[in-house]
Order: sequence, then C-alpha cells, then structure tokens
Amino acid sequence: MATAGPVTTGRWGRAEMTARPRVGGVKFASCDGCQLTILDLEDELLALTERFEFVEFAEATSRRSSGPFDVLFVEGSISTPEQAVEIARLRAATKTLVTIGACATAGGIQALRTAAEHEAFRSAVYPAPAFVDSLAVASPVSAHVTVDAELRGCPIGPEQLVEFLTALATGRRPQLPDQAVCVECKRRNVTCVVVARGLPCLGPVTMDGCGAICPRFGRGCYGCFGPREGANVDSLARWFAEGQPGPTPRDPAAVGRLFAGFTGAAGPFRAVTDRLGGRPPRTLKPAVARPPELVPESPPTWQTGPTMGEADDARD
Amino acid sequence: MHEIDGGGFGGLGAETLAPAASRRAGKDLRFQVQNLTRVEGEGSLHLLVKDGAVAEARLQIFEAPRYFEALVAGRTPDEVLDIVARICGICPVAYQMSAVHAFERLFGVEVEPATRALRRLLYCAEWIESHALHVYLLHAPDFLGYASAVEMARDHRALVTDGLRLKQVGNRLLSILGGRPIHPVSVRVGGWSRAPRRDELRAFRPELEEALRLAVATVEVALSLEPPAFEREPRLVALHHPGEYGMNDGRIVSSDGLALSPAAWGDAFHEVQVPWSNALQARGPDGLPYLLGPAARVVLDHEQLHPLARAALDRSGALESIRRNPYRSIVARAIELVHAAAEAIEIVDAYQSPSAPAVPWTPKPGVAAWATEAPRGLLFHRYEIGGDGLVAAAQIVPPTSQNQAAIEADIAAFAPRVLELPMEDATHALEQLIRSYDPCISCATHFLDLSVEREGPS
Repeated sequence: MATAGPVTTGRWGRAEMTARPRVGGVKFASCDGCQLTILDLEDELLALTERFEFVEFAEATSRRSSGPFDVLFVEGSISTPEQAVEIARLRAATKTLVTIGACATAGGIQALRTAAEHEAFRSAVYPAPAFVDSLAVASPVSAHVTVDAELRGCPIGPEQLVEFLTALATGRRPQLPDQAVCVECKRRNVTCVVVARGLPCLGPVTMDGCGAICPRFGRGCYGCFGPREGANVDSLARWFAEGQPGPTPRDPAAVGRLFAGFTGAAGPFRAVTDRLGGRPPRTLKPAVARPPELVPESPPTWQTGPTMGEADDARD
Repeated sequence: MHEIDGGGFGGLGAETLAPAASRRAGKDLRFQVQNLTRVEGEGSLHLLVKDGAVAEARLQIFEAPRYFEALVAGRTPDEVLDIVARICGICPVAYQMSAVHAFERLFGVEVEPATRALRRLLYCAEWIESHALHVYLLHAPDFLGYASAVEMARDHRALVTDGLRLKQVGNRLLSILGGRPIHPVSVRVGGWSRAPRRDELRAFRPELEEALRLAVATVEVALSLEPPAFEREPRLVALHHPGEYGMNDGRIVSSDGLALSPAAWGDAFHEVQVPWSNALQARGPDGLPYLLGPAARVVLDHEQLHPLARAALDRSGALESIRRNPYRSIVARAIELVHAAAEAIEIVDAYQSPSAPAVPWTPKPGVAAWATEAPRGLLFHRYEIGGDGLVAAAQIVPPTSQNQAAIEADIAAFAPRVLELPMEDATHALEQLIRSYDPCISCATHFLDLSVEREGPS
C-alpha cells in the first residue's frame, strides 16, 4: 500500500483528504468487542481519523458506504445465508480484507456447533425455529472468501491494531506476534501456572498477542488467539489427559473442553475435542418450565394494567 | 442524517423511502428504518401506519443467532463465566456478574466482603466505560446534529476528548481488575483468579478523581441537550437495595409495586417469540411492556445514589423528566457516571485485599438463578446444574430483549408526531429515540433500519 503522506499535526488539506485510504468496519455474528477495540483506542482515535477515512462503521457513525474500500475490517463469523452473500459482495469491493478477532478468523465459540447440533440448538433456544434463519454451521470468513490479513484474539489486542494501522499508514509490513504465550510469560517473568500451581494452560500451543493475561491473573491460558502454527497440540492434550501436571488422570472430556473455546473450531484444537470429547451435547433440555410462546401480534402499547405488586414476594 | 453512499451495507435502499407526497395523501403507509446505526448490533424498525394511525411498530433484530444457551450446556460454572462474557463486547462484566451470583447462591458460597466490594468496583468500571461510550460517541451526536462523534469533534473537540478520557478511565480500571477491558479474565466462582493489590488500586485514585470531575461536567452537558417533547407513563423495573445503588444485590422492584428476589424473575416475567425478530422478547405478568435501564434505576433507586450523584440529580431538577421522557435517559446515564466514579473512589479508599483470591466451593445440582444491573438494565440468568456439576440447561434474558416491547410501545406513541415530517427527519427522530435505550442488539441477538408502511384503504 502506498504511504498516505507525511505525519503532520493539524488538519489535512483537501488534496490530502482525498488521498486518505477508505476504511470500513463491518460485522457478522459476533459480540462487537473487536470493533469496540477500535473505539477503545481513546488516545489514537481522533488522530487515526485524520490518516484514514472511515467510510463505513455502523457502530460509530450514521454515514454508510457499501464500498469500494481500500481496507475492510471484518468482525464475526458467517452464520446466515444472507451473510454468505454479503461477504462475497464485500470482498469484490475491497482491496485489503482484514479479519479481526476469533469469530472472523476461526469461527468463534458459535462455530463449536456442527450441522449435527444445529436443529437441537435452534429448538432449544426458539419456540418457533422456522422464523430464525441460520446456516447449519458458523464458519470463519476465510471459508468463504480470500483473506489478506488477520488479527487474532477474543478480543483482538489493541497493540496489534495500532501496529497494523501504523504499518498501513506508513506503507510497511506490520510486525504481528508469531510466538507462543509461553514466550511472553518468560519475557515478563510471570511464574508458570503449570509448574507452580499444577494448572492446565494452553500457553505452549497458543499464539501470543494478549500479553499473557491469564497466567498473569493466576489462571491457565484458554486459547483466545488460537493455535500457533506447528505447535504440538496433540502432545499437550495427551499430557493433560494423563493427569499432568499432577498425579491423577483427568476426565478426557474436561481436557477436550479446554480446547473447545473461542478458537475451538480451528483445526488443531477441534481435532483434540473430536478425539477426547467436550463438545456441546446434541440433545438439550428446554431451559424453562414455561417455554416462550410465539406471539404473532405487535405488542401492546403502554396502558394501565393490574399492578405488578399483586404478583408479589414471599417465594424466594 | 444519513448520507447514503452506494446503497449501504445491509441494504438501506431508496425503495424503502416512500415519496413524501404519498405519505401526505392520508393513505396507509409502511415505513422502514433499515440498518440502525450507533447501536451495538444489527436491527431495523418497521412501522405500519393505517389511515394515519400507527397500527404496528416492530423492532426487528436480525443479528444472527449464536445459540449461547445451547453452547453453555455441558460446561462447568467457571467455563460459563468465560463463555457468557462473549455475548456482549460492551458489557461482558454484566454477563459474568449475573452468572457468578447465580452459581454462588445455589452452591451456598459466601464470598469475602472484599470480593463483594471489588465486584461493585468492576461494575462501576463497566458502567463508566459503557455509559461514556453511549453518551459521547453514540447519543450526543444525535442532539447536536452530527453523524458521528468524529464529525462532532471537528466543532466540539474538547467534548469528544473529555468523553474519550472518561471512557478510558473505565477501561483502565477494568484492565487493572480483569486484565483487559473487553472479556476480562479474573472473575471466578468464589472470588477471583487474582485479586488486585491495595497499592495498585490506590495508584489509580487520581484517574478516578479526574473521571469524577468529567462525570459531573457530563451532567451539565446532558442537561443542555434539548430533548424532543414526548412524555408517557412507563412501567419501570430495576434492582433495588435499601443500602446501596442497585447493581448485584437487592430485590427486583417495579414502579407499580413489585418486589421480588432476583432469583425469581420468572415468577413475574416471561419470554415470548415474535416472528419479526431473532431476539426473544420479555413481558410482564399481564403481557404488558416494562422499561429497564438507567432511567428506571435513577427513578426507583435515586435515594441510594452516592451523595454527589444525588446532589447532581437534585440540582438538575430532572427526575420527573427522566421518568417521563425517554430522550432524557442521557441525563440518567450522566447521573450514573457520577455515581460510578464516586463509589469507585470510596471502594478504592476502603479496599483491603481478601485473605485469599477465592473461597473454596463445590458444585451442587439444582437451579442457579440471579439478575444484576447491566449498564442497559436488568440481566437475568437461570442455569440448571446436573449431578455432574455441569450445566444441563440455561436461560439468559438480556436487558435489550426485555426493553424491546417498551421500545415498540414508545415508537407507537411517538411516531404520529413525526410522520408528517420529511422522511429523513422522521427517520432521524425515531432513530434517536431508539438509541436512547442504548439497545445492545448483539446481546439480544443486533442493527437498526426504519421502514414505514402505509396501507391505503382497499
């Protein structure tokens, strides 16, 4: 990408304005947390809007654009037939398509459902599932279109986002993490939770990018940034199942569930869960004694009914 | 306010904008606001106007379903705390708080007083982050006539930088307590994976003092924003505790006399599915709507506000307009920003580390249920725990699901005032109304589009 011009303070002139890359942010099935990470760059946000023209970002602005985009940040997994059509349209309108976060890069926690569970999930959550349109599987963006770059994490790390945007603005290659969380613990002098406390931790096989938050907060890594390329996931899973670090073998499904997290649909992690168990059950019981009814009419307006005070207390 | 550039993601098409002439002909009309912006998630609004009267107001939520209630099945309580956070990137703490209190109540876990205080501190941090985002970045631009905070910053730079700073203080406090502002990692059944040291919190006090100053100024800003004239008589619901502002503990109370344990939400409220939305709606015992959130809390719990927040509310004289005019929720959020910053300072000053980060516990089979106050309002969780200590079934009722019927009722009441306006202005007024509830559509399942349909007498 060509450089966007020199870094200056003050306003961009009109000619420079037109040279700003057109950036978009869109979401599919997700929690909004990765887009929110952009708004959480409180110190950089206004400066960024001087370097980039944010033409589409529905969470933050009422101005909309369907493209073309120089750079498009995509959050969320592809989970409905409409989303599958939309991502193909967006790809065609975009030069550099960047997936942000575990949902867009690996499918997210919702990708733990497979076609086999889909009907059970729909029926367990909705009384009339026919009105709810979802694909049998939730999938990462890369399953549908070519992805040019990815920022991992659940949510993405703000440092990598700033690095990526800075690299874009200056026309160089971004320096993104490529080591394991373990390395970050050593670098930060964090006491190893596996060695010192006997906790299972996915740090040896998980890509860094969070700064080893979980070990720093006294717990094992749960794999937000996904498997690091070439990591021996299988060996670590077998070691945990044998009961290491510790004397007693663990329930294989409990080990499987460690890998069935926010990047649990990524190949190496999914292979562990397929072998050891820990996937969501395929039959689900209804959540409440009084299941929701389907109400086909518009809701009533504000009106005075019997007061709720009559439905009072003395039952807890 | 919308400058349509090439059609819009999600399909804001010109065909949905009916010509003003036909709308003025006294015929029935369907009116659609597509792609609601500056909300979290994807939704739209559909109005059916028959012979000049609003026949239907439907908030359509088409955020793709993610089936969280099914995804937590077969998981341990601590795993559930990590999973339910992902329902919402803006209020993950709320999901962790409702779940952790539900589990601890079933298992008979008594947490240390320091943990109870820290959980309020964590919630204060999330309220600051979420309310500052909404007041300054999502809602204020509506009142001042900008499409975004970034555009607003060209003319009101200090306003936007103050808002960003306030939001940042909330996020930084979340990071101290939980490692990161979005999906913090430290909340565990029984307490924390790591509790903060006293000196860490003490060192943060100056930033909280700055946040308090900014919050007090936010009340003045919010009061200066002229709300459209619109009043109604809503039924309000919030958590209420005699000794503290409603957050994690107390009883569910309503403006018409309800008082109920947070575990017993289902005794008074129930969910329904409507064909036009991917989010279930909740209704009161009589099938009628009720309103949650900052306005409901300020009205029902104003006596429990921190003295500084109470003083700001009294000075404003806005209590009654907060109750009656939904556009005044921005003032309620500002009052709660003062409360959250002031209470956070008190908690930090009194803090002594717990003797252990978490107390030990063992799972028990049964029903774990509780409700806490998310920034947007009451959030109810109910889990059935099996003999294996794993979740067998779950029900999660986010505040936006509960507010949907109230939003629809307000739109039905307000829309007749704007239908004769040019389409753009009508759309803007209705969008601003919907944004005043801070709808979190990702939670409820997310996005707003407006459509109005008028049907001619056939």
